[in-house]
Amino acid sequence: MKNKTLYNYILGIADNTLILGQRLGELCGHGPSLETDIACTNISLDLLGQTRSYFQYAAKIKGEDATEDSIAFLRTERQYVNVLLVEQPNTDFAYTIGRQFLFDVYHHLFLQGLQQSKDVNLSAIANKAIKEVGYHQRFSSDWVKRLGDGTEESKQRMQNAIDDLWRYTDELFHTTESDDEMISEGVGVNVSELKEPYYNKVKQVLEEAKLNVPESKWFQKGGKRGIHTEHLGYILSDMQYMQRTYPNMTW
Amino acid sequence: MTVVQGVNIDDVLFPILEQVSDPEIPVLSILEMGVVRSAIVKGNHVKVKITPTYSGCPAMDVIGDDIKKALQDHGYTSDVELVLSPAWTTDWITPKGRKALEDYGIAAPLEAEADKEVLLKGKRLVKCPQCGSTNTRMVSQFGSTACKAQFQCDDCQEPFDYFKCLK
Repeated sequence: MKNKTLYNYILGIADNTLILGQRLGELCGHGPSLETDIACTNISLDLLGQTRSYFQYAAKIKGEDATEDSIAFLRTERQYVNVLLVEQPNTDFAYTIGRQFLFDVYHHLFLQGLQQSKDVNLSAIANKAIKEVGYHQRFSSDWVKRLGDGTEESKQRMQNAIDDLWRYTDELFHTTESDDEMISEGVGVNVSELKEPYYNKVKQVLEEAKLNVPESKWFQKGGKRGIHTEHLGYILSDMQYMQRTYPNMTW
Repeated sequence: MTVVQGVNIDDVLFPILEQVSDPEIPVLSILEMGVVRSAIVKGNHVKVKITPTYSGCPAMDVIGDDIKKALQDHGYTSDVELVLSPAWTTDWITPKGRKALEDYGIAAPLEAEADKEVLLKGKRLVKCPQCGSTNTRMVSQFGSTACKAQFQCDDCQEPFDYFKCLK
């Protein structure tokens, strides 16, 4: 492969949208209400659409007989480099919303950066995706406020979700080796610079939602190096089942 | 050659491409939708470039196949390429397209600022495609497809889709 760093860099972006899209897809027919069911699956569709654009580009770079599908379906757990946040399960609706909100705020800031990328393919995908992610962020922020400033139970559940998921937020801002190289070439986004605007935005919404901003400084990491929580394996076994059972099957 | 907002479609292809519609919104031709960015004839081969409305829009594959079929019916071979840049915006829906949406029962997108007021602050600005009242409210930010939101009219009580502004 000629440009392995760029390839790895793209996986670092697209594995997040792939795994979160898959997680949200699990809610199809299982959302707490028809509207939220449709919303979560629509967001899933946007994310998977973005993933396809990234993986089609990655497949071109990889060459040989790589396709968007082989990249999505035929890697092992340690080869996925998504952040731990996006693989967390749909414990309850507050948890789903909390995960979405904590990712959306990051995702929007990240895409703003990627729009400036010197790589025309990546900036084109970012220009497209950011419009969709604006809607995602509105949806999840809105629900954080509704649940946080809702009943005693919804408030408690929303607070529990934020407290629980908080440990996965710091990893979003860690840079990898391929990040460093891509940043120096003007292709990649320096995610470490997004930390401050991210926590400012998150705090603003949590305060509006009358929720406490967690103070814990204890954070989890590993996803970007392929070291995942136990949850990823289960998603992959679900996601990869058809390709593993019937290799090379197509629709 | 006709150029509309960077669009480049050979005149001879207009009547053919006009027949191809968005499978989710059959009244709307893909030309009125603004998804065809260029269509150029060379001999009897046509190169078409289309752009997706939303990244995950499942209609794009069907649209691509329908374009190929329509061109084939007129004796052309073709290839259809998906381009992402510049990104599609609801501004590219033509006035005729907006009219077709309304007639079909889908409220056409508002300007970006008004759209925000409606989706975020619950302002009543979207015109009901059934009775024309703006006494309408959002039921859900996401509707039957990624590009639409669910609304209800509080005058005639009809539920309807609103095509969200995308800029």
